[in-house]
Amino acid sequence: MAETNSKQYIDIRLGEDLYGIEIKYIDSIIVMQNITRVPKAQSFFLGVINLRGEVIPVMNLRTKLGLEEEEFTSTTRIMIVKPEPLASPVGLIVDEVNEVITLNDDDVNIMNYDENDSKAAYSAGIGKLGDNLVNILNIPELIGKED
Amino acid sequence: MDVSQYLEIFIEETKEHLQSLNEHILILEKEPENDATINEIFRAAHSLKGMAGTMGYKKMQELTHDMENVFSEIRNGKMKAFSELVDVVFKGLDALEAYLVNIQTDGTEGDQDSSDIIDSLNNILNAGLGIANTTNKDKEVESLAGDIKTSAPDVDSKYKFRFLKIDEHEKKAIAKAYSINLNVVGLTVYIHEYCVLKGARAFMINRTLEEHGEIIKLDPSAQDLEDEKYDYDYSAFVITKDSPEKIIDAVLAVSEVKEVVADYIQLNEMELNTYLAAIKQDEIPTSTYKVPKEPGSLKAGAKVPSKQHTKPVANRSVRVDIEKLDVLMNLVSELIIAKNSLVSSSSTLHNELEISFFDQIEYLERVTTNLHESVMKVRMVPIESVVNRFPRMIRDLSKSLNKQMELYMTGEETELDRTVIDEIGDPLMHLLRNAADHGLESTEDRVKLGKDPVGAIYLDAYQDGNNVVIEVRDDGSGINVDKIRAKAIDRGTITEEQASRMSDKDIIDILFMPSFSTSDSVTDVSGRGVGLDVVKTKIEALGGEIEAKTVLGKGSNFIIRLPLTLAIIQSLMVTISDEKYALPLGNIQTVENIDSSSIKKVNGKEVLNLRGDVIPIIRLGELLDCPKGEEVDQLLVVVVKKGEKYAGLVVNELLGQQEIVIKSIGKYIKYHKTISGATILGNGEVALILDVNTLV
Repeated sequence: MAETNSKQYIDIRLGEDLYGIEIKYIDSIIVMQNITRVPKAQSFFLGVINLRGEVIPVMNLRTKLGLEEEEFTSTTRIMIVKPEPLASPVGLIVDEVNEVITLNDDDVNIMNYDENDSKAAYSAGIGKLGDNLVNILNIPELIGKED
Repeated sequence: MDVSQYLEIFIEETKEHLQSLNEHILILEKEPENDATINEIFRAAHSLKGMAGTMGYKKMQELTHDMENVFSEIRNGKMKAFSELVDVVFKGLDALEAYLVNIQTDGTEGDQDSSDIIDSLNNILNAGLGIANTTNKDKEVESLAGDIKTSAPDVDSKYKFRFLKIDEHEKKAIAKAYSINLNVVGLTVYIHEYCVLKGARAFMINRTLEEHGEIIKLDPSAQDLEDEKYDYDYSAFVITKDSPEKIIDAVLAVSEVKEVVADYIQLNEMELNTYLAAIKQDEIPTSTYKVPKEPGSLKAGAKVPSKQHTKPVANRSVRVDIEKLDVLMNLVSELIIAKNSLVSSSSTLHNELEISFFDQIEYLERVTTNLHESVMKVRMVPIESVVNRFPRMIRDLSKSLNKQMELYMTGEETELDRTVIDEIGDPLMHLLRNAADHGLESTEDRVKLGKDPVGAIYLDAYQDGNNVVIEVRDDGSGINVDKIRAKAIDRGTITEEQASRMSDKDIIDILFMPSFSTSDSVTDVSGRGVGLDVVKTKIEALGGEIEAKTVLGKGSNFIIRLPLTLAIIQSLMVTISDEKYALPLGNIQTVENIDSSSIKKVNGKEVLNLRGDVIPIIRLGELLDCPKGEEVDQLLVVVVKKGEKYAGLVVNELLGQQEIVIKSIGKYIKYHKTISGATILGNGEVALILDVNTLV
């Protein structure tokens, strides 16, 4: 009964690496827009955008995950995610959105991560997709709490 | 029965009934003979009892039951609403309110005991009935001494029509009727309590009456009867050739009529003769054709009330969760943004599109603007919901301070945004308390000064452009400016030198300073400033401002200006090194074009000498970490004001005035403390709003 224990993910790319975001967190995917800088914001927040009449913050996923910053290209997208069904949405900037993938829970290995590595907490496990590995993102941990 | 689902409705409605009771009992105290008020009180108390009973709140039910007994006696005219009674009733209302608060927090009434109130209610009831007999007799004498003389003086209180006041023209009509040998019959109709369509029933009864003659008087008026604004009985005068018995039979034939009492109405001899003489005089010059016209004019007289179509519509409202309105509001904002981008993209395609397309775009623009306005209006609430508790408060204060005072309110219908309404109550209460406690002199002093012993406090609200102004005035002693000046110097708030330069207005403004509020009371102006800083802070947090005016010996006036709504503000759009920001227009004084060389440094801080005033200069670009632009010779400085303080904000460019919708930035992202929110511009971009108050 492997089928019943599978989840769907959106497969995204940052540089050469693949990441997965479980589909239940995703509100929508939009193209890059003008971002209004917010003074004194955390470094990984690029600013705010207008999402259908609401002002929402946008996070640069590269900065958040400690990767080098890159220029935005025509494939750059903003993933609108909600860490909780009733929480306000947050935008995540990714290099490219590939496709929807289905992974059996058996194919996702929970990593034993180093307690001192704060970035490691952002991973919810490593999924195997053919020959590639997909780093499943722990969205609630990544976004944090509203406070 | 599980009633928990009704709890919310119960709480809301109980609040409304309590408020209505508070208001009407105050009116009753002033006008003990106001039947409409008594009925309203009785109705509210009755529904309150019923609701509390249904919800199983025994203590509330008992208390309201005993209060209702008292009201019922007042309604039957056996007791009067004297001051002690009103005091006890108010205590009862307070107890009910306390129960309600308890119910709101944990769903139970709590264990507060109100048996002492119940006891005093019952004492009043027993004692009151003793007095009541005399009052009743007084009434009888009065009515006999009055101009109605009933042919059979029966003291049965059912014959309500006998106590009606007869107007001049009605008396004339009665006299006229007798002169042509017609009867005038007065009657009181009682309708069954289970009757559902009271309005329709009254209409049918009146039609029956009209078959027998001419109705010359209805109490309540025809309009009120149709609107069901009567209890279960009403009275009428009919000119007819039939006997009262015949009229009774006719009316009883209408279904759902419980009882009818009727009798002849007669004027006393003297009046009858005067009116008859008057009628004769009228008739002589115009002779014959005026006679048939007379009944017509009577008819017109009786129908006047129904012609006034000022039917106050019964509360036709729906309760809506404010969150749902916010959702609606957001959708409308989105629609406007979509419309704006449609407009801007259509303007670039000028030649390729048909005229009709532009017509439709314009139409869309009109509709969205109206839609926007309507949604904004939905959020507006009359200020009445806040101020209606004040008359009661002033009455209590009058008792506790032992000063005679009266509160006059105008403009209760003035509307403000829901969010402002929720916050404005406390500051207003504070100002009113101040006026009552410190503003008004004691009754003895007022007499000595030759003033009306009853002090007056005024609460006026009105709209003024994009603001709503609320004034709290009193005709008391006013603020002694010299005393404050001396006190301020004494306390080191200002130096003597400063004091000599400050105008009276500046001195009064010291009252609003926090340092002046707390601490030992200022003798003669005794704590006149207590808590005023809190009032000021609250009002400023709402985007408003407050100022005080005073004339020594004549009274003081506190003027509050509030923005109509918090969701939308007027702003000046500026750029700060290519980034767009919105500055609330309310704070902006002037915009100056200055030479960068005119900025001087004092103690390491930049200041500008602007027409004699030295004001600090804030370079917004640096403050907000904007990318550095080139140094320029000419600087644009927006001069803003907070209270009495000014500051100059350096910006790069002015984009113009714009009405903006305030949005929250959300809680994930941190931001500079000067940023109070964000707004969405016509092109869909987000601009941040700067809170000037944190800068000055």
